[in-house]
Amino acid sequence: MRTRQSAVKAAVEKHGKERKNLLPILQEVKRSKNYLSRSDISDVAAEMNLSSAYVYGVASFYHFLDLEERGQNIIWICKTISCYMKGSKDILLALEEALKIKVGETTSDGKFTLLQTNCIGWCHKGPAMLINDQPFTDLTTEKVLNIIEEYYQKS
Amino acid sequence: MAKRKLKRVDLIFSQDCSCKDILTAALKKSREEIIQELIDSGLKGRGGAGFPTGLKWKMAAAEKGNRKYVICNADEGEPGTFKDREILDRVALKVLGGMALCAYVIDAREGYIYLRYEYRFLIPKLEKMIETFHKWMDEFDLDFRVKLFIGGGAYVCGEETSLIESMEGKRGEPRNKPPYPTNQGYLGKPTVVNNVETLVYTMMIMRIGAEEFKAMGIEGSSGSKLFSVSGDTHKAGIYEIEMGMTLEDFVKEFGDGDTKAVQVGGASGFCVPRKRFKETTIGFQGGLKGFSLPTGGSMMIFNSSRSMYNVLHNYLEFFEEESCGQCTPCRVGCQQLLKGIEAIKRGEKSHRYLNDLMRLSETMKLTAKCGLGQSVANSFASIVENFREEMIY
Ligand SMILES: Cc1cc2nc3c(=O)[nH]c(=O)nc-3n(C[C@H](O)[C@H](O)[C@H](O)COP(=O)(O)O)c2cc1C
Ligand code: SF4
Ligand code: FES
Repeated sequence: MRTRQSAVKAAVEKHGKERKNLLPILQEVKRSKNYLSRSDISDVAAEMNLSSAYVYGVASFYHFLDLEERGQNIIWICKTISCYMKGSKDILLALEEALKIKVGETTSDGKFTLLQTNCIGWCHKGPAMLINDQPFTDLTTEKVLNIIEEYYQKS
Repeated sequence: MAKRKLKRVDLIFSQDCSCKDILTAALKKSREEIIQELIDSGLKGRGGAGFPTGLKWKMAAAEKGNRKYVICNADEGEPGTFKDREILDRVALKVLGGMALCAYVIDAREGYIYLRYEYRFLIPKLEKMIETFHKWMDEFDLDFRVKLFIGGGAYVCGEETSLIESMEGKRGEPRNKPPYPTNQGYLGKPTVVNNVETLVYTMMIMRIGAEEFKAMGIEGSSGSKLFSVSGDTHKAGIYEIEMGMTLEDFVKEFGDGDTKAVQVGGASGFCVPRKRFKETTIGFQGGLKGFSLPTGGSMMIFNSSRSMYNVLHNYLEFFEEESCGQCTPCRVGCQQLLKGIEAIKRGEKSHRYLNDLMRLSETMKLTAKCGLGQSVANSFASIVENFREEMIY
């Protein structure tokens, strides 16, 4: 936990203690293990002289500031209409089957978390998804399994 | 009055001019001249709301003090819109150039690009562009610096006051207006928030002049605009088209021959059924006969194989998740609309219940605090009115 605390300290030092830097700080703290724990929240609050409740209130507002434990790689499948019309449901089912988890869950080896999200700005090339920061488009069930395999090998 | 033929335009992505040359020429003009040129061009914001850009800059310029901000709104979250991503990917220097123009006009030292989380992959490229841009600023002796601010993934943060709240380290809940950002924006200081595409057009107007820009489009909606085309089409993609086209021409060009409806402006926009294609034009309200629809450029095409119930259900789920929950009409309204159409579909409620839901959406339009809650009625009413039987059976 010590290392976490120092990660928080470093992030606050880098961006500055003023409240306006809260989002970049939370984003940076989140990135080191893909989610924000309760102690991260209270550490950030203490460092910035804010209440934990306030920091939690802000963090819980934003979809990508995950407050639950996540895997090494987070898969976000777009569920909005243009991708839906191009078969995003099939992509989701293929992933659920391959990873043996349901949406919202993390694989037992901790490598993947499977989530859905709203339009990610690739509607002309649906179905689309993000793995961490990287977009993938024009997905087919075959293509998506190859992509997952690649990430599996890497992590 | 509508333009008879759909006309492609190539301004946004054109590479036939150097941004630096445009800036060199523009920065020789006075602030007043630039404002006047923008006002004369008739340019309106391309983020959806359509506020005259020249006027916005003029208001911020008139504010006292030297701490002012320029914010480029790159939160692009409206379903079916993807043009801002493409602009930032291909011609980021034009965007930065537009921000420099604005900074010069209103006297700002700091600017931010508020980039949606989903576009994080653009960060390395944008940082490189910003570096180049800062060198230019030094050459021009303009004291202006731009930083990236990465959003947290919330559609409502595209609304300018919510965007500012989130930049201040708060929940992205929209503010009451007035005061408007040009008066009290980021950190309480005068702030111009402009869409990515709008900023590029300010640069292009400096290049081609107000007159040539205004020669395109129609009364009240001058120039051209980027359209993000998706759905049932063989030509999904981004197209720059002169303002004022009719939907009929649009569908002729982009439809698959079996188009039953077009959703103009994304989930917060309007659904236009086939029988209205002819009389519907794309442009800001006013100066047009028939229906004129403003849009941030999202054009989703549905053919006759699509269930409009599924479409509406998808939009309502979107709103229900993205409502910030701050005001009751929107927080509860979105939930009830969604539950309501599900209950009708399951046969638990009579089809007459649709009329109650219509009234609820009207109430939301009148009483919701921000554009999100106010615009739910657009898609709700236009889909239910035109495809009532699909909601019931
Ligand atoms: C719910 C909601 C979401 C919005 N999202 C965006 C957006 O993603 N990008 C954008 O430029 N404007 C968005 N707007 C409009 C902004 O509030 C604002 O009008 C715009 O950024 C002003 O720039 P413009 O005049 O150049 O269009 C949104 C408005 C609302 C109500
Ligand atoms: S209308 Fe909706 S999004 Fe806007 S302030 Fe109210 S609850 Fe929030
Ligand atoms: S609808 Fe999936 S990326 Fe826009």
